[in-house]
Amino acid sequence: MGSAYECPGCGYQYHQDLGDEHEGFIPGTPFDELPEDWVCPDCSVRYKEDFQAMS
Amino acid sequence: MFKLDMKTYTLATDAGDISYIDTKRYLWMASLAYALIPFLGIGTHALFGHQAWLALPLFVAYVVGPIMDWWLGEDENNPPEEIVPLLEADSYYRLLPMLTVPLHFASLIGAAYWAGTQALSWWGVLLLAVSAGIANGLGINTGHELGHKKTQLERNLAKIVLAVPAYGHFSIEHNRGHHRDVATPEDPASSRMGESIYKFARREIPGAFRRAWAVEDERLTRKGVSVWSWENEIVQSYAVTFALQISLIAAFGWMMIPFLAIHNFLAWWQLTSANYIEHYGLLRQKEPNGKYERCQPYHSWNSNHKYTNLVLFHLERHSDHHAHPTRRYQSLRNFKDVPRLPNGYNGMFPLAYVPLLWFRVMDPRLMALPHIDGDVTRVNVDPEKKDALYAKYGVAGPNKSIPTKETA
Repeated sequence: MGSAYECPGCGYQYHQDLGDEHEGFIPGTPFDELPEDWVCPDCSVRYKEDFQAMS
Repeated sequence: MFKLDMKTYTLATDAGDISYIDTKRYLWMASLAYALIPFLGIGTHALFGHQAWLALPLFVAYVVGPIMDWWLGEDENNPPEEIVPLLEADSYYRLLPMLTVPLHFASLIGAAYWAGTQALSWWGVLLLAVSAGIANGLGINTGHELGHKKTQLERNLAKIVLAVPAYGHFSIEHNRGHHRDVATPEDPASSRMGESIYKFARREIPGAFRRAWAVEDERLTRKGVSVWSWENEIVQSYAVTFALQISLIAAFGWMMIPFLAIHNFLAWWQLTSANYIEHYGLLRQKEPNGKYERCQPYHSWNSNHKYTNLVLFHLERHSDHHAHPTRRYQSLRNFKDVPRLPNGYNGMFPLAYVPLLWFRVMDPRLMALPHIDGDVTRVNVDPEKKDALYAKYGVAGPNKSIPTKETA
């Protein structure tokens, strides 16, 4: 099962299994492979390094 | 005044019940009325016969608005943080911005119909175009509220309402560009100290479009889709604009071309005015890793003035909006000790239109903010005014030490 990360600001979740089709990340894209300057696609005020791994 | 059933929100906690009554609950309907403001001019013109009545919406916006803000004053009430999820879930609040969407179409079509069918002189037509532009500047505000939300319905309605004033790139530009870059020199939608609104507009309007297009291009490239496709959300919104505005030209003739140009520009100008005053001179500092510090409450100018906040879905509680961009208007909170504007937006806009007055009122306020504390190096300064402003505020040249919080 793939990893999942959550935006601590707005609650947006990135699940590796699902990717984010609208943003152009196909299912299976690991969180680590998202661009380094990636920001939360819902609120844009949390950076990639702010995201928290979900258990 | 209102004896409607004011809903009480109550949450049981270990420390006892927390309850909250939103006294503004039904007053939020003001935004529905304001979307229809051109009909105030049309109605009184029809009733009393003189086309000067078409100026009534402008009078309401630029004279009544600032007076109401001065008279009704400020509202510093906050919903308790614990109650926010209950407010967010209340479908009444969700419904209001959605209901305003068709009203913005009605405003433009109604004003165009009146301009196209009545015997008016040129200034009567101009007043109609301007009042429709004021209403649909508010349409951009509705698009702003809806475009920040997570449901597809609300995001689609944002694209639709933004189509009325031909500003369909706004959601992308604002959410993915402005919120990321706010209060930095890189942001075309954050104004700089010493920059007049007229200079700002020439940077902001084209800059917003370029940034939106670049963001959308990047997304579509990742998807392997051409930027010139129907998946481009900017193209989708502008297609609605095209259909609407071409239909008006077909229905009411060539005079619709200047009419629509003025309407569109006036709506954009409302947004430019809001952008100009929301972050004037404020600057996020760079961190050692080269990224800007996260946007803090002191990176936005705020106003708690009651009247214009009701019309603008709490847009003037701008610090909380930037802290929580997806938060709904009814839940936005007032922060203590944030940069405060002396009047609501409708009063600040005309001030901004007279740059010398604006600088006189706002520059001292900016320099006095606690996190700036007279240190002009902590300000987002217009590069062309940098030498003059640094000289004026005490940084004469490279040899003179720059006062910082530690040394001051």
